[in-house]
Amino acid sequence: MIKVKINGQEQVWDGDPNLSLLWFLRDEAGLTGTKFGCGEALCGACTVIVDKQAVRSCVTAISDVAGREVTTIEGLHPTGDHPVQKAWRQVNVPQCGYCQAGQIMQAVALLTENPKPTHDQIREAMAGNICRCGCYQRIENAVHLASTGV
Amino acid sequence: MNIVTDPKTLHEFEKHSIKVEKISRRGILKGIGVAGGLVLAAPLMSRQAFAAYQTGASKMPHGVVVDPRVFVAIAPDGIVTIVAHRSEMGTGVRTSLPLIVAEELEADWSRVKVRQAHGDEKTFGNQDTDGSRSTRHYLIPMRQIGAAARTMLEEAAAKRWGVPVSEVKAQNHEVAHAASGRRLGFGELANDAAKQPVPDINGLKLKDPKDFRYLGKGQVSIVDLHDITTGKAHYGIDTRLPGMKYAVIARPPVTGGKLTSFDPADALKVSGVEKVVEVKGWPWPSKFQPLGGVAIIARNTGAAIKGREALKVVWDGGANASYDSAAYRKQLEEAARKPGLVVRKEGDADAALKSADKVVIGEYYIPHLAHASMEPPVAVANVTGDKVEVWAPVQSPGGTREDLAKTLGIPEDNVTVNVTLLGGGFGRKSKCDFVLEAALLSKAIGAPVKVQWTREDDLHHDFLHTVSVERIEAGLDKSGKVVAWRHRSVAPSIASTFAPNVLHQAPFELGMGLIDMPFEIANIQCENPEAAAHTRIGWFRSVSNIPKAFAVQSMVGELAAMTKRDQKEMLLELIGSPRIVKLDSVKDPWNYGEPYDSYPIDTARLRRVVEVVADKGKWGRDVAKGHGLGIAAHRSFVSYVATIVEVSVDDKGKLTVHQVDTAIDCGTYVNPERIQSQIEGAAIMGLSLAKYGEISFKNGAVEQGNFDSFPVIRMDESPLVTHVHIVPPSADTPPSGVGEPGVPPFAPALVNAIFAATGKRIRALPIGQQLET
Repeated sequence: MIKVKINGQEQVWDGDPNLSLLWFLRDEAGLTGTKFGCGEALCGACTVIVDKQAVRSCVTAISDVAGREVTTIEGLHPTGDHPVQKAWRQVNVPQCGYCQAGQIMQAVALLTENPKPTHDQIREAMAGNICRCGCYQRIENAVHLASTGV
Repeated sequence: MNIVTDPKTLHEFEKHSIKVEKISRRGILKGIGVAGGLVLAAPLMSRQAFAAYQTGASKMPHGVVVDPRVFVAIAPDGIVTIVAHRSEMGTGVRTSLPLIVAEELEADWSRVKVRQAHGDEKTFGNQDTDGSRSTRHYLIPMRQIGAAARTMLEEAAAKRWGVPVSEVKAQNHEVAHAASGRRLGFGELANDAAKQPVPDINGLKLKDPKDFRYLGKGQVSIVDLHDITTGKAHYGIDTRLPGMKYAVIARPPVTGGKLTSFDPADALKVSGVEKVVEVKGWPWPSKFQPLGGVAIIARNTGAAIKGREALKVVWDGGANASYDSAAYRKQLEEAARKPGLVVRKEGDADAALKSADKVVIGEYYIPHLAHASMEPPVAVANVTGDKVEVWAPVQSPGGTREDLAKTLGIPEDNVTVNVTLLGGGFGRKSKCDFVLEAALLSKAIGAPVKVQWTREDDLHHDFLHTVSVERIEAGLDKSGKVVAWRHRSVAPSIASTFAPNVLHQAPFELGMGLIDMPFEIANIQCENPEAAAHTRIGWFRSVSNIPKAFAVQSMVGELAAMTKRDQKEMLLELIGSPRIVKLDSVKDPWNYGEPYDSYPIDTARLRRVVEVVADKGKWGRDVAKGHGLGIAAHRSFVSYVATIVEVSVDDKGKLTVHQVDTAIDCGTYVNPERIQSQIEGAAIMGLSLAKYGEISFKNGAVEQGNFDSFPVIRMDESPLVTHVHIVPPSADTPPSGVGEPGVPPFAPALVNAIFAATGKRIRALPIGQQLET
């Protein structure tokens, strides 16, 4: 039996301990905000925050987060008004929007660690998150905006 | 705003629609020679008195429906609901089309809700969200729908007040009578308005564009913005039904291959795996039908994937088992060096090339590309008895419905297609094979099923962008003027996915940059030698324009270099005088399905985007050492786009894109903010395909598997800045495409810039390691 706190709520899992956190979140816990893009930590669509760090949930076994705190896009802010979310809307970042939950979670982790990242630091920290629509310019602007106050 | 995926809710909504009881629809229709029925069908569109232009909309399957009762509902509380009948994959169409209705309706956008239509083309008209067509086909119909509903509200108010309708005016969600100062909100008028006849669309007065509050302004964010940033937006992958099972499918690695045998024992031992089921495949060429294979049914997707890894399965390769990209490239090159089917001929290019002072030859290679939308194909189906309901991210809700009915052998009325948001489409999700798989599996196991494609499935079994060799021979006279142009395009056709033995490109492929080439040259010959397909070929964002614009615009750069002229001056000289290009020698000019009168090849517009981008993008500016500027221009989807790219290449061959400037003339437009985002994205996709894009085959199977072997551009390599310059339209210029036309000019502008920076000419994509020293 694995216990894990997700967005402040304790969840239990008694199935395969190697099941990835991604599919646990999506298919078992019904938290579909976290997206599947590659399954191999290559695209960042599945990024969640585990104890303040950005983690690719697709390659993280549910057993690896036992007893830890997981935050998904649904748990970032009760009304969706985290500064990063607000910045995203102010800059009109998304096109299709599919990768954006992962992008936002990555940006939140970046700003937690480095509240005033430089241009190059943003580009480097966000390089693990693919956006096939190509919203990078706006993502960078939104991270910058969130870091300077929305 | 949440996307509605439950058709019952949508049907509920229809009950509140403005209903027309007293008018005979047939009466209206009779006047214009259309037999009965409740649908204002396609022919109406070509008979509008006031429309300054005609489009190809009426030729699309099921044409256009212009009926406020279908698209608009007004609730007593004043909330206006507008139906979006096209699919949202990131272009913003789910916002733009309803916004057009709201504009004419005089609705206050903050009191508008958008509802997604299910797949039903008889009700909504054509729903194929492809070909960069939505705004160009629906600007006028959506304005008519809004204006019709506005008129009904005004008539209701005039009747209530006992004043002539000419004295009342709808404005900002209410109708006012200026003389008496009386006002009534849309909600208060909704019931009465519903009793008004739907006005004849030919007599409707549309708003004067100077009074537009939303159109052309770019102040409105997409309706899904809040949901996207909070994880609530509903994509295909997000549908969950009670009792739903999760499936992945092992498919034959070679297109057209078959299952020989399988042993489910090890797969069934995996925790969470419940069943292993064979999936029916269709013979090659299989259109949009499933490839077949073996499905693993599990309690979650992770278990299904693990089960598939444990599955023992043996395949038979079939006819395409020897497909090898290196060998195939040689075949294409050989074909391009010999005469082929002549598809355009002006003057005598053969003779002019023979007598030319100089001949410049460029042979360009552009490999297969995968769409790789961030959301891989995924669908949920629930088959109950002789009915099926699906939830899927499809660009083709109507076609999906037809194919589901055919595949399951049930009437179309028994098929419900709920359209979710699409996590990217780029043409992949115009093909509904993944939805059909879900339906077949649901039928087989008697439960709702979600079929999830992994990234590897997506790259291995895509309907790939074609692979082509484009060979151009340009002959110059002694003065350096280009007097002869022969372009041979060799590429397997998309038509090969639908019929056997297809060896030539279809008119819609030839018409994407080959036979519509706009240069003013005395002797032009375009040829299409034969090429057979060995995998599924499909539409990829901007389709055949990618290889053809790459070749043509690279050749412009080569000619500039050869004659020591500025690239932009060379380009303008080749485009030649401002004129309407005549394609008299072309059997089927296609022209993106649009009437040539409304959408001719207008070189004045092509010249203008070149001049605008050169001006705004400061063409000819001094750049640092190791930097170079490149330019390219191309007309596609009846829009005109020119791009300037500034690159640098360091001494190790590392390529950096410093700045991109793109000018687009897409005629009358709705939402410039979304045009900007599409063009910004097109630069990224263009750079991805130029730098990395390649799907290759060995022994009939795709060699790439995920984003490690099929890289796409990430933020750290993306252009440092992209500027978008929207060329203001002249009055009444019809709207044209936006989603795709930004892609084709990017790669040639990039390689022209690389040449300027390094003197190295890239003729084969992807660039890959070619710049490394």
